[in-house]
Amino acid sequence: MIEFWTILIIKTLVAFAVSMLIVAYSTWIERKVLGHVQLRYGPMRVGFHGLLQPIADGVKGFFKEELIPDNADKPVFLLAPIISIGAAITLVVVIPFGDTVTIMGHKIPLYLADLDIGILFVLGISTIGSYGGMLGGWSSGNKYGVIGGLRASAQMISYELPMALAVISVVMVSGTLSLVGIVENQAGLWNVVKQPLAFFLFIICGLAEINRTPFDMPEAEAELACGFNVEYSSMKFALFFMAEYCHMFVFAAMVTTLFLGGWYGPLLPGPVWFFIKTFAIIFFCVWERSTFPRYRYDQVMELGWKVLLPAGLLNILLTGLWMLVFNI
Amino acid sequence: MLVKYIPVLVMMLVGIGFGVFAVVVSSILGPSRRFKVKRETYECGMPTEGATYVQTPIKYYVVALLFLVFDLECVFMYPWAVHYRKLGLFGFVEMLVFMVILFVCYVYVWKKGALEWE
Repeated sequence: MIEFWTILIIKTLVAFAVSMLIVAYSTWIERKVLGHVQLRYGPMRVGFHGLLQPIADGVKGFFKEELIPDNADKPVFLLAPIISIGAAITLVVVIPFGDTVTIMGHKIPLYLADLDIGILFVLGISTIGSYGGMLGGWSSGNKYGVIGGLRASAQMISYELPMALAVISVVMVSGTLSLVGIVENQAGLWNVVKQPLAFFLFIICGLAEINRTPFDMPEAEAELACGFNVEYSSMKFALFFMAEYCHMFVFAAMVTTLFLGGWYGPLLPGPVWFFIKTFAIIFFCVWERSTFPRYRYDQVMELGWKVLLPAGLLNILLTGLWMLVFNI
Repeated sequence: MLVKYIPVLVMMLVGIGFGVFAVVVSSILGPSRRFKVKRETYECGMPTEGATYVQTPIKYYVVALLFLVFDLECVFMYPWAVHYRKLGLFGFVEMLVFMVILFVCYVYVWKKGALEWE
C-alpha cells in the first residue's frame, strides 16, 4: 500500500513537472520560431539564446499587480483561470509517455493511468477546460470579454463534433478506447497510414479546439482587444496562457498517440520517440501560426459545420466499408 | 477497477492546487495601488459605452442545440466503434440506416439556413 502511494505520488509530481517544463518551453519555441520566420531573433537576452526567458516571465507574473475591475463578478472571475489550468493539467494523467520500464526491481509503466475510456476522458475534460475561458470572458463585465467567451464556446462545440468523428474511426480500427491499447495496436503500421482523412480532420479540429491562429477567434487581437482574457492581469492571465499551452502539448501528445504510433520507433528508447513526435507537432502548430492568416468567424463556423462534419461521417462509413470488404 | 482512477483524482488535486496557489500568491506578492480609473472596464482607453451584456444572436443557441443532437449521435457511435469487428455486416448496415436518418436531418437543417452565419 505504501509502495503504491509512493510510486503514484512520485510519478504524479514528475509528470506535473515535465508537463509544466514543456508548457514553459513551448512559449520559448513559439517566440523563437516566430522570430526566425519573421527574420528576427526572438528572445536573446535572458540566458543563452533566451533559454531562461520562460522562467523570468513566470517569476515576473507573480510580482505583478492584480486588477479586478469594478464591473466583474468577483468569485467567478477568480475561479475561471483555476478551472482552466485544473482541467488542462488533469489531462496529462492519461498521456502514455512510454512502455513499462524496470527501475530497481519495480516494473513501472510510463503512464499514470490507463483508463478504459482514455480517449473519451480526454475529449470530456478538455471541454471542461473551455468553461474556463467562457466564464472568464463572461465574468469580466467587458463587452469584448463577453463576445470572446461566446465565440470560444460556439467554436469549441462546433469543432468538437468532427474531432469526435475522427476519433471514432480510429477507435474502429483499434477496437479499444484505451490510449495504451491504441498505441499497442500500432506496433506494425501507424494509424496515419490507415486513417489519413481522420488524421487531417483531427489536426484541423485540434487547432480550432486549442485556439491556434487560423481559428483564434476567441482572442482575435484586432477585433476583440484580446478576447476573453482582456481584463485579466498578473498570474491569473498567465494561468490562462499556461492552460492554452498545456492544451497544445496534450493535443500534440494525442496526435502522437492516435496517429503517429506513440512510443514506437526504431533504435531509440520509447519515451524519446514520443517526445520527438510530440515536439514535431508542437513545432507544426507554431509553423502554421506564422503561415496562415486568421479566418473570419462565419468562415470558421461554415468550415466546421459544412465541410468537416460531413467529411467525418463519410470517413466513418468508408472505414466501415473498408474493414468489411478486406476483413481486417 | 476504480483504483485506476486514483491517479486522475491526484492529478486533478495537483492541477487545482497549482491554480489556487498561483492566484493566492500573486495577490499577496503583487503591489496594490488602486484608484478609480484603473478599476474601470478596459476598452483600449476609451470610456466604455452602452451595456456590457448585449442581446446574444439567436445563432449561438441554434448551434448549441445542433451540437446536442450530433453529440448524442457520437455517444451512440463509441460503443458501436469498439465492437465493430465483432458486429460485422450487421453492424455496418445498422449504422448505415442510422446515418441516413441523421443525414436527412442534417440536410433539412442546412436547407432551413441554420448553418448560415451572415
